[in-house]
Amino acid sequence: MMQKAKELIIEKILFFSSFLTILTTVGIILVLLLEAVSFFGEVSIGDFLTDTQWTPLFSEKHFGILPLLSGTLLTTLIAIVIALPIGLSIAAYLSEYASSKFRRTVKPLLELLAAVPTIVYGFFALTVVTPFLQKLFPEMGGFNALSAGIVMGIMIIPFISSFSEDALSAVPNSLREGAYGMGSTRLQTVFKVTMPAASSGIVSSVILAISRAIGETMIVTVAAGQMPGLTFNPFEPVQTITAYIVQVSSGDVPFGSTEHKTIFAAGITLFVFTFILNSISFWIKKKYHQKYE
Amino acid sequence: MSKSNKARGKDKAFAVWGISCTMIGLILLAIFVGNIVYDGITRIDWSFLTSLPSRKPEKAGSYTAMMGTVWILVCTAITAFPIGVAAAIYLEEYAKKSRLANLLEINISNLAGVPSIIYGLLGLEVFVRIMDLGASVLAGSFTLALLILPIIIVATRESIRAVPSSIKEASLAMGATKWQTIWNQTLPASFGGILTGVIIALSRAVGETAPLIVIGALAYVPFAPETPMDEFSVLPIQIFNWASRPQHGFAQNAAAAIIILLVITFVMNGIAVYFRNRWQKKMKW
Amino acid sequence: MAKEDEMVVAEVVNKIQESMITLVEDVVEAKETKLEASNIEVFYGHFQAIKNIQMKMPSNSVTAFIGPSGCGKSTFLRLFNRMNDYVDGFSMKGEIKLNGEKIYRNKINVEELRKEVGMVFQKPNPFPKSIFENVAYGLKIQGIKDKKLIAARVETALKQADLWEEVKDDLKKSALALSGGQQQRLCIARTLAVEPSVILMDEPTSALDPISTAKIEELIFQLKEKYTIVIVTHNMQQASRISDYTAFFYMGELIEHGKTKEIFTNPKHERTENYISGRFG
Repeated sequence: MMQKAKELIIEKILFFSSFLTILTTVGIILVLLLEAVSFFGEVSIGDFLTDTQWTPLFSEKHFGILPLLSGTLLTTLIAIVIALPIGLSIAAYLSEYASSKFRRTVKPLLELLAAVPTIVYGFFALTVVTPFLQKLFPEMGGFNALSAGIVMGIMIIPFISSFSEDALSAVPNSLREGAYGMGSTRLQTVFKVTMPAASSGIVSSVILAISRAIGETMIVTVAAGQMPGLTFNPFEPVQTITAYIVQVSSGDVPFGSTEHKTIFAAGITLFVFTFILNSISFWIKKKYHQKYE
Repeated sequence: MSKSNKARGKDKAFAVWGISCTMIGLILLAIFVGNIVYDGITRIDWSFLTSLPSRKPEKAGSYTAMMGTVWILVCTAITAFPIGVAAAIYLEEYAKKSRLANLLEINISNLAGVPSIIYGLLGLEVFVRIMDLGASVLAGSFTLALLILPIIIVATRESIRAVPSSIKEASLAMGATKWQTIWNQTLPASFGGILTGVIIALSRAVGETAPLIVIGALAYVPFAPETPMDEFSVLPIQIFNWASRPQHGFAQNAAAAIIILLVITFVMNGIAVYFRNRWQKKMKW
Repeated sequence: MAKEDEMVVAEVVNKIQESMITLVEDVVEAKETKLEASNIEVFYGHFQAIKNIQMKMPSNSVTAFIGPSGCGKSTFLRLFNRMNDYVDGFSMKGEIKLNGEKIYRNKINVEELRKEVGMVFQKPNPFPKSIFENVAYGLKIQGIKDKKLIAARVETALKQADLWEEVKDDLKKSALALSGGQQQRLCIARTLAVEPSVILMDEPTSALDPISTAKIEELIFQLKEKYTIVIVTHNMQQASRISDYTAFFYMGELIEHGKTKEIFTNPKHERTENYISGRFG
């Protein structure tokens, strides 16, 4: 009887440990929601969504999220422009051209790119990439979106290359053999046969990479600047949602003030975007996965 | 040029392009790291490692940040390891195929994709404010523990799945209870894989900056923590602080601190890979 | 006495002797029933794997289950230690009794049942631990802590399983380093260490070479003095070599069950005869 009771208690403890993950999600949603609701009691949602200036810390306060959004989107766009072609090419090369030994050695090395702490990348962007770009484009400021975007792109290459390569590997060999049997080159096979077949996995990996770029903090904080402005000029400094949250947190803004609540308003915007992207990615992967089963 | 010759030309050209792409990320990384090492390696000496932060770059050192990193590492490990392993055991061994299991799985997948700064906001509200822990080591490690929990859970589940079910069957057939089987057979057999996952998760935690800044960890902390309730700083925050200062001396300090951080990160990942290889050899039943 | 009288007396004495011999034979044959199955039906989801089986098996005997693949022998075997409980969709009707007591009732302690009814699997599955730890495992989970007692039981079990001489010099060696036949004897040893009264064997030698098989068959022959053994086997020669009783299964039904000698020399059903003579299976 003692043994049965002990087993039951252990099962309960294990259950609570796993339930903690649900509590975490609930906690995140509640915290963001409650603080945001409180914020929107003081600042109208209309202003939030349409004002083109974000200056909560200045004496003339504007609370428009658009500048932060444009900063986030601009840097993310640059990152994807870098990472997408490179990542897909790597995936295509590894899956269609490379020997399995090469693949086995290179894949973990690429994943190294994702293991480097992002503050280190931020420092690279500021001290190595920006001066280099300034030689090419002398009109560029010390803080700019391009530098941060490029380095962010390098960081997320493995997100696209690894997951896409997994998706390509999962395509049955019979499809490839069919193409080769008709005289296709490797290039034609991979781009006309294998990739389309693996498209759901590839698309889902790209969406995940975008989500990762949107949520990235330190690279943009260090290298992109702290001046939120509604611009799509990569040579100018921008501020992303994440960088803004860092700025306020490292400052002296008192907790509970409207200015402080802006970080939760920014946070919930960020959360909504990444949640939607992650869900779409998951749904695409799931829905089209049954194809080969 | 015939059509097929053109196609073959493109094919070969792509081979070159593909290799270049594969290499470019790594080459750039090597350039970056090389640059940093060149800048910072001369700055690393005993006084740098043992000095406290200062307004003068020559006098500033990484001691408090390093100690803070160690404290955070240990406390996060103590918190996240048992909870993560326990949750994974529940999902793998007790909650098979129910709607609850599905919900838990989807939720964990989702948590893995939440930006780390959001965890910072959660930690700020719940640990720093509501539980009144202040900007302490405890609040920081709880926050990071939540962040890395999904990594540990996924790695542990995979390790448990790799244990052959014949072992579990044999144990049950001898009259062992479910928990006895897990504790005496499944866990010891999966331990190597679990350890690998935990170390990788912790090396991620060591490099985190944003969530700790949000909960209030400061850069200018003139002492190393002595209890888990003390305020603290960590290497990434110290680097951030130095990188934001205009004087060149601080840039060099930042480079030096980055070297230390990278050494820690690569050593941890190296240990994890070592354990994974040892465990995979053992698993050849 | 007159000669006729002597003959009458001799006849009477003869008759008495004969009936006494029959009496003794009957007494010897009336061993107690160790395992009993009544009205057994087994379902996996909607699929019926076993159709209405009745069976009794006496103690201290070896019963062999034979039949073509997929006929339900393993499923039926696993009813006796409730290992089917873990299979998705399993349900059963009827009663299984061990020592006269039902084992499919609500309050039963399944762990205790499995200590009384041990199992040896088709593919040897030693734990990835030392030889000693393998055999001692069953004692450990019962909470036995006395080191001397454990060491003694391990030695006894390894001797009973005919493995002691080969491993006694290094009990700390990993069990996975043993050969297939040795691993299987180790699995038998660890079952014996728990001191069960019944041992279920699910094709225990089908993954082994002929020499190991012979060793294990010899072992089973010795074990039946103290244990009740039920063995599922694909190998009919094995069944006829080592078992006292044989049960022939086909498509989830029990076709014939009786003394091995009779089943193999004089089967009552045509299907049994066809299977035994290799016409199918």
